[in-house]
Amino acid sequence: MKKILLVFLFVILAFGTLLAACGQADEEEGQAGTPADTQDTTDEETGDDTDGEADAGDFNVKMVTDVGGVDDKSFNESAWEGLQQFGQDHGVEVDYIQSSDASDYAPNLNRLARDNTSLSFAIGFLMADDIYSVADQHQDKQFAIVDVVIEDEDGNTVPNIANITFAEHQGSFLVGVIAGLQTETNHVGFIGGVEGFLIKKFENGFKAGVKAVNPDAQISVQYAQDFNDASRGQSIANTLYSNGADVIYHAAGGTGNGLFTEAINRARNGENVWVIGVDKDQAEEGAWDGGNVTLSSMIKRVDQAVYQVSEMTMNGNFPGGEILEFGLDDEGVGIAPTTDNVTQESLDAVEEWKQKILNGEITVPQTDEEYEEYLASL
Amino acid sequence: MDIISTLNLIIPTAIFAATPLIFTALGGLFSERAGVVNIGLEGLMVIGAFSGIVFTLIFEGLGFGAASPWVALLVAMLIGAVFSLFHAVASITLRADQIVSGVALNFLAIGLSVFLVREFFGRGQTDYINARIFRESVPVLRDIPIIGNWFFSSIYPTSFVAFFLVFIVWYVVFKTPFGLRLRSVGEHPMAADTMGIKVNRMKYIAVMLSGALAGIGGAVYAITTSANFGGGTIAGQGFMSLAALIFGKWHPLGVLGAALFFGFAQSLSIAAQQIPALANVPQVYLLIAPYVLTILALAGFVGKAEGPKAIGKSYEKGSR
Repeated sequence: MKKILLVFLFVILAFGTLLAACGQADEEEGQAGTPADTQDTTDEETGDDTDGEADAGDFNVKMVTDVGGVDDKSFNESAWEGLQQFGQDHGVEVDYIQSSDASDYAPNLNRLARDNTSLSFAIGFLMADDIYSVADQHQDKQFAIVDVVIEDEDGNTVPNIANITFAEHQGSFLVGVIAGLQTETNHVGFIGGVEGFLIKKFENGFKAGVKAVNPDAQISVQYAQDFNDASRGQSIANTLYSNGADVIYHAAGGTGNGLFTEAINRARNGENVWVIGVDKDQAEEGAWDGGNVTLSSMIKRVDQAVYQVSEMTMNGNFPGGEILEFGLDDEGVGIAPTTDNVTQESLDAVEEWKQKILNGEITVPQTDEEYEEYLASL
Repeated sequence: MDIISTLNLIIPTAIFAATPLIFTALGGLFSERAGVVNIGLEGLMVIGAFSGIVFTLIFEGLGFGAASPWVALLVAMLIGAVFSLFHAVASITLRADQIVSGVALNFLAIGLSVFLVREFFGRGQTDYINARIFRESVPVLRDIPIIGNWFFSSIYPTSFVAFFLVFIVWYVVFKTPFGLRLRSVGEHPMAADTMGIKVNRMKYIAVMLSGALAGIGGAVYAITTSANFGGGTIAGQGFMSLAALIFGKWHPLGVLGAALFFGFAQSLSIAAQQIPALANVPQVYLLIAPYVLTILALAGFVGKAEGPKAIGKSYEKGSR
């Protein structure tokens, strides 16, 4: 009797673990199986649309998501939107494969290469090592990766990988302009996730933007050293707001949730505090029953980048081995469409500074050294 | 920034960071005092956070308004208690290894909740809740000099609940017949059995109480801080609570002190970076400060942490 119960319990637990696997990749079953398996299931796994529309020869574009999944409301979802748009506009076949685990990246990329995919996207820097080895094994195939530059041992780029990066510093500069103009305490803050080259671009661009319109403003910067600790984010936000900052920009992923919580708490007590979101329009996160604490957001248009690289490749100009930086000029970065809390004066200023960046009047700093030089030149 | 305003900053933050740990560690206290190790606290917090957010969203939709997070806390408590039955059945009735069953509970919780979020919301995380629990300031008490700023001017009501609960748990465990039975089951189950105490029934009650309190702990974290639920919402708080339980020597007041100490160390490391006098200290020292303080405290000041005698052993009637 005890034995039966024990077996029953193990079945339940095993079932739970299976559920976990399905939960992260409910679109696909056999991806970790043998090549024969994966071939068989390909049809059920295709993304919804554009089947039967293919009339541009055999050209097709597919992407591999990272563990966030295709519906992560961020990076992967945006990339897939860009691909779908491209498929509709040009009548080519587009598709995606989800990765439920970091160990899926290499098999997924391999599978796309074997299926004679014209252009395979790897979404996110987490796939850097995998795309390098897969591209090495399939030198006749074309790949592209978002947010990172792939280099071989000698520091050269790989000829069959296009590297897509974003000028986050330029977008951050624009939200910095908004922050600099709309701060009432003349004190703004920045919360970073993990300190490193990428997040430094956000920080320095933001600081430069604030200083451009408001040279006297005080800027407090603090790193959480974690992208997924809302509690720490809230504590940091509390400290910064208490010290007088009234606008805080974050580039900290899930840690930023704590910033929104803190701002909403304070707004409810009648304080005038604001949050600037990152990567996508974060107006939803800042909404509460008495208003919205999201001032603006710095958005990265992954969909635009994916669309443009696909188009270039279709026209025979695959940018393999090149480092593409999507900035203001090709709408790769910018401020969020929701501008309810932004004054007309700020919007005008954003437009003005955008033009200055575009025609090269100012160069937005990316590193700490460049920021120092920039400050000296003001 | 002078010392008073620094403390004004650090202490409320410490209290709010400690609150979920206090709930969860008090839950662990019941279970471990009855002799059942509960590594599954993390998983129970995950289930609590998940239910807290999902039911807040549901009650919002039903028009409960500002009451919805509170009702959701109660639901999270019930679901936590029910979910802990997995651990109870495996480790008490089936006498499986308590560590293994607790670890299994952690895996099951994260898998199940992420799967259900995908089913309900079609993506990896839930929507954001609108009806939150907000920080309040207590009239009259907030005007007390110094202490008013620390404890009463901006504090989550859930923190008050946690403080009261500490004293309730202390009373229940040390001053009631139920508490005496609970402890005797954890210290010497055979003696307890001889005296007519139903050992396994006590253990079941204790594990379910731990599930209920850990469920509240997880829900409090999710509702007050993260405002939505995803696979990474609860990352290690359950294990921190377990540490607070051992650090606090399985005593409710010790648990309170340990949880506050963890919260204080964290908020100190954060606030210190904005204090001009400390601005030149490399950030890495401030970041590791909480862990160094914890090790020092454990090694130097606390002394030997001695748990219940029969902890981790399953009880078989008639064995000796």
